[in-house]
Amino acid sequence: MSNLLAAREQMAFTLGFHIVLSCLGVALPATILVANYLGLKKDDNDAMELARRWSKAMAVTFAVGAVTGTVLSFEFGLLWPQFEHRFGSVFGIAFAIEGIFFFLEAIFLAVYIYGWKRLRPWAHFWAGVPMVITGIGGAFSVVAANSWMNQPQGFTLNSAGKVVDVEPLKVLFNPATGYEVPHMVLAAYMVVGFLVASIYAVGMLKGRRDRLHKLGVVIPLTIACIATPIQLFVGDTAAREVADHQPAKFAAMECIEKTGDNQTEYLGGVCTDDGVKGAIGIPGLDSFLVGWSTDTEVTGLNDIPDDEEPPAHTMLHLAFDAMVGIGTALLALGAWFGFVWWKRRDIPRTPWFLRAVAVSGAGAIVALWCGWIVTEVGRQPWIVQGYMRTSEAVTEAEGIWFSFALVLLLYAGLGTGAVLVLRSMSRRWREAGADREGDIPYAPSSPTGRKYAHMEGNRPVDGGGS
Amino acid sequence: MSKADAAAAILWVGATFYALFGGADFGGGFWDLVAGWDERGQRPRDAIQRSLTPVWEANHVWLIFVLVVLWTAFPTAFSAIFSTLYVPIALAALGIVLRGAGFAFCKSIVGLRERRAMGATFAISSVLTPFFMGTVVGAIAAGNVPAEGNGDAFSSWIQPLPLLIGAMFVATGAYLAAVFLVGDARRGDHELERYFERRALGAAVVAGAFALAGLFALHSEARYVFDRLTDQGLPLVILSLLCGAALLVVLVRGGRRPLRPLAAGAVIALIWGWGVAQFPYLLPTSLRIDQAAAPDPTMTIIFIVFAVAAVVVLPSLGLLYTLAQKDLLES
Repeated sequence: MSNLLAAREQMAFTLGFHIVLSCLGVALPATILVANYLGLKKDDNDAMELARRWSKAMAVTFAVGAVTGTVLSFEFGLLWPQFEHRFGSVFGIAFAIEGIFFFLEAIFLAVYIYGWKRLRPWAHFWAGVPMVITGIGGAFSVVAANSWMNQPQGFTLNSAGKVVDVEPLKVLFNPATGYEVPHMVLAAYMVVGFLVASIYAVGMLKGRRDRLHKLGVVIPLTIACIATPIQLFVGDTAAREVADHQPAKFAAMECIEKTGDNQTEYLGGVCTDDGVKGAIGIPGLDSFLVGWSTDTEVTGLNDIPDDEEPPAHTMLHLAFDAMVGIGTALLALGAWFGFVWWKRRDIPRTPWFLRAVAVSGAGAIVALWCGWIVTEVGRQPWIVQGYMRTSEAVTEAEGIWFSFALVLLLYAGLGTGAVLVLRSMSRRWREAGADREGDIPYAPSSPTGRKYAHMEGNRPVDGGGS
Repeated sequence: MSKADAAAAILWVGATFYALFGGADFGGGFWDLVAGWDERGQRPRDAIQRSLTPVWEANHVWLIFVLVVLWTAFPTAFSAIFSTLYVPIALAALGIVLRGAGFAFCKSIVGLRERRAMGATFAISSVLTPFFMGTVVGAIAAGNVPAEGNGDAFSSWIQPLPLLIGAMFVATGAYLAAVFLVGDARRGDHELERYFERRALGAAVVAGAFALAGLFALHSEARYVFDRLTDQGLPLVILSLLCGAALLVVLVRGGRRPLRPLAAGAVIALIWGWGVAQFPYLLPTSLRIDQAAAPDPTMTIIFIVFAVAAVVVLPSLGLLYTLAQKDLLES
């Protein structure tokens, strides 16, 4: 039991850390390319400078994401050897495909990040496009694997429980893939859009009101605000699918004690055996949201066998409410921004707008974590819904609490290091200020910088004019 | 060749690429570590940074490739290895985190002291990671991983053979890195060229010595592998020796003949020699390739992924290396 809890905590922590970085890997390239495109197409030096800075920051976040992602793939074996033992041949299919996407993303990311000075401007831009595609492809593969854990299909077991046949397409395109994948890709775009915008909003609140900072808010915020309404639609569909196919998870996250129709939708509160305490209840709404009628019957926890019931109902319920609440608030922020922009091609003048944007990044990350808590804790006690319990999958190795403590320490250092490095980069950029010489994109490097000047034919760059 | 054998060959191809490119990246860290902290060490250290920066993440993906193919195509072998050798594997993972973060942070930090701390983290973990990976390979070859997993957590790898293989991994990475860096330096810096030539020579001798000692340890601890290595695997062992010897000759005579193909040839022949020596076992002598194999449709996916990798990833990698070698990429 203790080993299981330690292994779950370590997995949850490392996954929660990595998922923020993987959002940056999925959605930051597109954000950068939008700025890069504006810079090239409209000769906009500010947009170009933003693209260059963001790509330098991405070099750091991608490196940290690459190693924390590696830790996760090690953990599949270190923490859950029996899971891989039994289902590796099924679960691994999506990851084998992910390998290709990760490879291509790492390659083109390197070409893009380190190609600013010496590649031709449009060639450089196009070298970045594969990052966008591979980022989404990678997200598809990894989330398809998770979807399969929630709604497993596409394999045949023999009487001993060993996988004897696999249908890869059914594994990849299991019913949960259809809503989990878009939900996660949109979440990545929201996290990145709001996060980047929030950094520049803080700068503006500190009095840095130049055009660069405003663009730094507008470009990512626009992307996030396009993603948000689609996300609420996708999320709503996802919740209905969960109600239909993962009733235990749904009952726990909505605090439904007894099966029946006309279920009350509870906002907030504490789940107890005698019903929800301290919540705002809207009679019939839960049934209505599940089946468009208050007559819709919704399964309650009383119909879930005790040993198949997810733990921590209140946490699941509050995590779900927090995710939906934050999503709704972000939708309102987007509507405000969109309306004012439509009216006068500018961001709202009140500092309250910037304050709201400044907290939106953290809000989006919290919503992301809440969503994963609902998905993962809500599936417990199963690692593969209906087929394998998490307790059967866990390692027999000793000292998992020790390794968890070490991981906490290591990641604290990793997180602190990443933030310090990013802040020191931003300080340097600010100090360089208007004087951006020496680091001008697409400019020929200075004669002293030509380490290999004797080599001919390696300088296709002709200045920024092409 | 059965589907399972083909999948095992794919696993070995991935391991070969990782050994060549990932190994060289670790070796770069080794030379960074021993370059000395004063001014003198700055030039080689800069050269190492320049050569690693654009490519290390792409090179690292081969490790992910190997892991994923192993757990997908041979899930029982994967769980047996990870449930037995979790100590060196976890330490290797720790090293991977410290190395990647140290390298990425050290490039973006201005303060000298922090920079040195990060640089040292990168360099030290560049030595520890391949060492622990080597102990894992050595423990597998020695037959210390039972097919059902949960073997002894310490005695499985704290033995002469695994420890020797660990040291050999470090030396081989250093050898590859020095040879690659000689090639880089030949494009302009003659002093640095000689600097890395001397180190390539030294590393070649040390790696060869570890390999020889490893052979003796194989003889006593891993008889199955030893017998096949000196029988079916003998041509590859000889090829590896010839490549290594030829490289030594070129280095000693100081010519400008290409070094990289010889160094790569020596390492590739050794890895495939190991593969031939283990065949048909994944875990000698308790788990055969066919016993560990996933169902056929899963293998088909592995083949498709491999084909796509060959058609799309390899040319992309070629593009990245070409751009880097032409100095079109810079940090």
